[in-house]
Amino acid sequence: MVTTPLLPPGLVAFVKRDCETCKLVDPLLGELAKDEPLTVYTQDDASFPESLAAIDDLALEMSWHHDIETVPTLIRVGADGIEEQRIVGWSRDQWQAFTGNIELGITLPEFRPGCGSLSVDPSRADKLNARMGGSGLETRRVEFAELEDDFEAMFDRGWSDGLPLVPPTEARVMRMLEGTTRAANDIVANVAPDLVDVTVEKIAVNALMAGCKPEYLPVVIAAVEAICTDEFNIHGLLATTMSVGPVFVVNGPIRKQLGMNSGINVFGQGNRANLTIGRAVQLVVRNVGGGRPGDVDRAAQGSPAKIGLAFPEDEEGTPWISLAEERGMGAGQNAITALCVEGPRLIVDQLSRTPESLTNTIAECLLTTHSKRMVAGIDALLVLSPEHMARYVDAGWDRARFRSELEDRLMIDTDEIIRGTGGIEEGLPADFAGMQLPKFRPGGLHIAHAGGPAGLFSSVFAGWVSGPTGSVPVTKPILP
Amino acid sequence: MTTVLDPTNEATPPEIERALRPESLAGLTVGLLDISKPRGNVFLDRVEERLTALGSSVKRYRKPTFAKPAPVDMRHEIATECDAVIEALAD
Repeated sequence: MVTTPLLPPGLVAFVKRDCETCKLVDPLLGELAKDEPLTVYTQDDASFPESLAAIDDLALEMSWHHDIETVPTLIRVGADGIEEQRIVGWSRDQWQAFTGNIELGITLPEFRPGCGSLSVDPSRADKLNARMGGSGLETRRVEFAELEDDFEAMFDRGWSDGLPLVPPTEARVMRMLEGTTRAANDIVANVAPDLVDVTVEKIAVNALMAGCKPEYLPVVIAAVEAICTDEFNIHGLLATTMSVGPVFVVNGPIRKQLGMNSGINVFGQGNRANLTIGRAVQLVVRNVGGGRPGDVDRAAQGSPAKIGLAFPEDEEGTPWISLAEERGMGAGQNAITALCVEGPRLIVDQLSRTPESLTNTIAECLLTTHSKRMVAGIDALLVLSPEHMARYVDAGWDRARFRSELEDRLMIDTDEIIRGTGGIEEGLPADFAGMQLPKFRPGGLHIAHAGGPAGLFSSVFAGWVSGPTGSVPVTKPILP
Repeated sequence: MTTVLDPTNEATPPEIERALRPESLAGLTVGLLDISKPRGNVFLDRVEERLTALGSSVKRYRKPTFAKPAPVDMRHEIATECDAVIEALAD
């Protein structure tokens, strides 16, 4: 609960030295003080104004409490301490009427606008709001010792994934929360493995540490919602010894608004939103869910997806519908799709000029994901590059045609992968002989489009145990 | 001095005492939980033989999928029906 300190009765002025209009009215303040009680609060220099003694408001507390946006501000306060009226800047007519002194400032110009109050200065306002406002944030506060380095202190407390974190001060977290219209105490999801309810506020703390901007927050919230579902099964992804994690594909106009990169080096470094959104989600899993490598996270080798992996689809570069649209979202809807994957793996074909030939190559590569002997067990995300996409668009293939042609080529003759064939002990039991099985379960192959304009290379992200017994991709709308 | 907001779940996990180790498994009911990984049954079949020889009675359980935690009802069933439990990983 914030208690507002009362102003003294009579006239009250707020001024700062770094304001020409305040300097202009300085002598008038001294003059007015002779006629009635006048209290002056000074924001930047205790020796200003010069015409009378002022109360030091260098901490800006009175300015903040009384919503001073402009200096000079002149306020008339009643005997009960209640504000009756205020004027801002300098207007001779206004000041004369306000004070009842028709001679006031007669030699001054008629009008001068005021200056911005320091209490609303963008570089101070967040800190001031946090200090004064009673932020309403419920998160426990942690004080670092004077001799601790802030960045080292966060490593020491085990909050980091191994990279430096942005210190989540109250002022920064409040600014982060401005990125969403949701209330800070809204519960977004229940995070495994510790099965803890996570609030918007806690996500904001972790998103801030990850390096997100406030406008990324709705994407991070939607991503957390997506992975904390029984279908997606983030607990399983963590606990498995297989080296998989979530990849997030962003669709909709928000990609452009956030400046995400769907082009050159789309899975690589260089773009803040691409890099920090996935990281923010992983920090939520680590810090809120308690999922840490060596504890519940048992991955044998790990994956970049466990650090943070998010990218936007290049929707403009293809006439095909987007991944989110194929998964039921409306056109133009901001959405995020979480899929469980290893890292990206290249598909190289620089010579195919027909869609049939290129599809053969892609199928050949997809058949070997994880092992040629893995059938109907994993999902995969195929990301076609623009130059590969052009083969299909030029030939008039739409997404459905491509999918159908590709799936036809993804059937496996089980005789080739029975245990012991080819000198390999891994494989299917002998009673699976003589069958044709699909590499991916129905609906288990996901297709997106991204990458730089040149390069006849696409990528596949192979998945993990697919379907209801493992992990099912989840798409969520990104809401403000 | 910097004050920051705690990014963790702020939870202090409750301390639960472990069940007492039995002196002997003879006469006790031992649950064998197969997490549904390949060849877990091979391991547990052999464990069952050894336990039966020791005079334990054995109850077998199987998780619906190794990729998700055991359902809470199954955990409760094991806790009420058994004196001890052995969980098989395998592969």
